[in-house]
Order: sequence, then structure tokens, then C-alpha cells
Amino acid sequence: MTAAGTTVLAIGTKKGLWLARSSDRENWTLSEPKFLMEEIPSVGIDTRGGRTRLFAGRMSWHFGPCIAHSDDLGETWTEPKEGSIRFGADDGAALERIWQIQPDAENRPGVVWAGCQPISVWKSTDHGETFELNRGLWDHPHRTEWGAGFGGAAAHTVLPSPADDTLHVAMSTGGVYRSDDGGISWQPRNSGISAYFMPDPNPEFGQCVHKVARDAVDPDRLFAQNHHGVYMSTDRGDSWQSIAEGLPADFGFVMLAHPHRSGTAWVIPLKADGERIPPDGRLLMHRTDDGGATWEASSAGLPEADFNAVLRDAACVDTADVPGVYFGTRGGAVYASADEGRTFREVASHLPDVLSVRAAVVPS
Amino acid sequence: MAAVTVLIPTLLRPYVDGRSEVRLDVPDAGDVAALLDGLGAGRPLLDQRIREETGALRRYVNIYVDGEDVRRLDGLGTAVPPGATVLIIQSVAGG
Repeated sequence: MTAAGTTVLAIGTKKGLWLARSSDRENWTLSEPKFLMEEIPSVGIDTRGGRTRLFAGRMSWHFGPCIAHSDDLGETWTEPKEGSIRFGADDGAALERIWQIQPDAENRPGVVWAGCQPISVWKSTDHGETFELNRGLWDHPHRTEWGAGFGGAAAHTVLPSPADDTLHVAMSTGGVYRSDDGGISWQPRNSGISAYFMPDPNPEFGQCVHKVARDAVDPDRLFAQNHHGVYMSTDRGDSWQSIAEGLPADFGFVMLAHPHRSGTAWVIPLKADGERIPPDGRLLMHRTDDGGATWEASSAGLPEADFNAVLRDAACVDTADVPGVYFGTRGGAVYASADEGRTFREVASHLPDVLSVRAAVVPS
Repeated sequence: MAAVTVLIPTLLRPYVDGRSEVRLDVPDAGDVAALLDGLGAGRPLLDQRIREETGALRRYVNIYVDGEDVRRLDGLGTAVPPGATVLIIQSVAGG
């Protein structure tokens, strides 16, 4: 897809949703906020089937979470009458937050996944109108041993494979789990990923994975940013190898993969668990084009000094032929790159903490 | 059955056609849970804003029956007397 259409950038913040639009990914117009005073920890843009549906995972501290969608690029929003993501009376749980809204592959139209807190995965087969709890993961015998990171116990990453029924889920804390049967059964896949904060630093599960991204060309290749540790797997997560060498730090939340090219990924390092700021107060995006063998920093267009972190879903790529790269900071700045993350320009500044961004080129 | 008045906070009024109060008939020996069942009948999204799926009152939603905080009484089991005024309001929270 070329970037000839309008690019929509959905920006979920701690106090509402903003939408930015651009015809050239250089000059942006920013909307008025939607859902003001609600957290928007997840946004999604589904462009499959020639139509565009925006999703917003909303969270009111008073009135709870819900998911809404818009079919007119954010002008109006609909919340299904019965609510979309709801635990049953026998589940003994209440939805706390929607961390991830992930449209499935082109060959599974209508399927949308959601990753939630408490740790749970939900599947919609009707374009996100209704969702069903994935029982395989919810009833997993490990569930009682999964923990909570500072942000809560959540399945924050859901990665369906376009090639087959493989599905990866990443949770904090619990690590990476894989299903080979479309979500019926799940197995931990964390071999090689360290959990230095546990008595056994190499457990079967319990890792605090922050984000996982799937290689677009080779779906067996995965990249992972962990709570310290940057890893790659070339065998669907059966084993992981460190690719942190060459980065200024191995802590961070972001992991992005190129939408068309194998081996290219981006991270935004933070100094350390105990010092969650960009190294040397310089916010940089780092890119590899060789599967993590080497890394190159991008600074063009980014501020000389910035002490804000970038959260796990506050970064994304679009799917244009030359993909755009986007991220937002906890200081409320949003940056966009039209050249694969080499140079950036500021789309917005002084917003509330940015929690989530997603971008897509949509028909004008 | 007896009529009670439920005062609706501004943020929830879109779920009751913009009204600031709703008159409901509730059982004579009813409690707050039964009142919320009646209020939420046909308005599932309103009910979801007030109660979690477990049936628990959301942490930052307060309900007062004739001026008394139900959390200081019997929670959702607090009796709602005939003619009562029930105030639903978000608590003081947020940053």
C-alpha cells in the first residue's frame, strides 16, 4: 500500500483520545479530544476488506472499561448495546482494562483479538461487535501463578500468525505463550529469556515480557523487549537469543517489526528498571536491519533532551510501502516518521501521557 | 411495590435519555441491588457503569440512600424504603 491516502493516527492518552490526520505524513491536523477524562490504553485500526473501523479501549476510573468502535474515522463512536467484553457470572472476575486490540490477518476477516486485564484473551468473529473469552488461556493451570507488573496483570500482546493457526500472547507477568491450534491450547515459550527478578532466573514462565512483535515476512521470527533483555526467536518462540548488544540499554517497553521486510525492528531503550528514562536524557529510536546483529540510532527531529518514557503500545508502524513509524511519550509528545524511523517530526505536544498509538493509511 | 427516586450523575445521563432522575417502582422490601436490577433493566450499559460483572459496586461509584452512604450500611444489601431518594454519584477520585 502506498501512502497516497489519508493517514490516520489514533493517539490514546491518560485523559482521552486524539486523532491526527495527514495526506503526506509530514503535516498533521489534530482533532479535538474524544472520551475526555477516560484513559485509552489501547487503540486499533482495522482496514481489512476495504473498510476502516477504529477501536478504542476506554477506561473510566469511575465507571470502568469498555471498547468502542467508529466507522467514520472517529466522528461518531458506538458501544455495542450489551457491552463487548464481559466476564460471565461464573468466571469470578471483572474486566479491568483492555490493553490490546488486534485485528487478525487479511485471510481471517472479521476476527479481532483483545488482550485484557485480568490476564485474558478475547476473540471476536464479527468485526469487534462481540467478544468471547478464550477459555484455553483463562483455564490454563499456570494462571494462578501469573503475576502483575506495576501496570496490572494483563495480556498486553496478541499476535496471530498470518501463515497458520499459530497465536502468540505476551503477558506481564507470565511471559510468552503460544498456541498452535488457534487458541485452544497454550504452552509457555520463554526458553532463553531471563527473569532476573525471580529466584530461578530461567523459569519456564513468569518472565516480564514488555512487548513482542512478529516479523512480517518470516512469521516464525519474533522480536521481544523484556523487563531487561532484548531478544529474537527464529523458531516461533521455542528458543530466544539476546540481540541487545549494540543498544545503549536493554530495558524498555517498545518493540516494532517492519511490516514488509524481514529482520528490521525498532526499540526505544530506557536506561534501566530503576531509572526509567532515556539513556543520557536523550530519547532515541534504535533500528536493526539485520535481525539484531547491529543497531543504529535515529535522532533527527527528536528533542535534544527528554526524560520521558515511551510505553509498550505508544509506538507503532503503518503499512505503507515505505512505512511510517510513530511514538508518543509520557510527556504528551507524539512523533511521526515518514521514512522508516530515520527522521521524525512532532505531531502533537503537551497532551496527557500517551498510552497507545496506531496508524493506518485509509482511502481519502 | 413502592416508588423511589434515583438521582443520576451527569456522566450517566446519556443512558437514561438525558434525565437527571428516574422514578422506579421497587419491591417493598427491596434493597439497593434490586433497585439497580430495576434501573439496569433494558439499560445494560448503564448497569455496567455502576456494577462490575461480579455484581459488585464499582470502587469509585458511590450510592446514598436518603443521604446515607450504602458502604457504611449493608452495601448493596442496604434496604431501600418506600419513597426513598437514591443518589448515584462518582466519588472524588482522579488525577
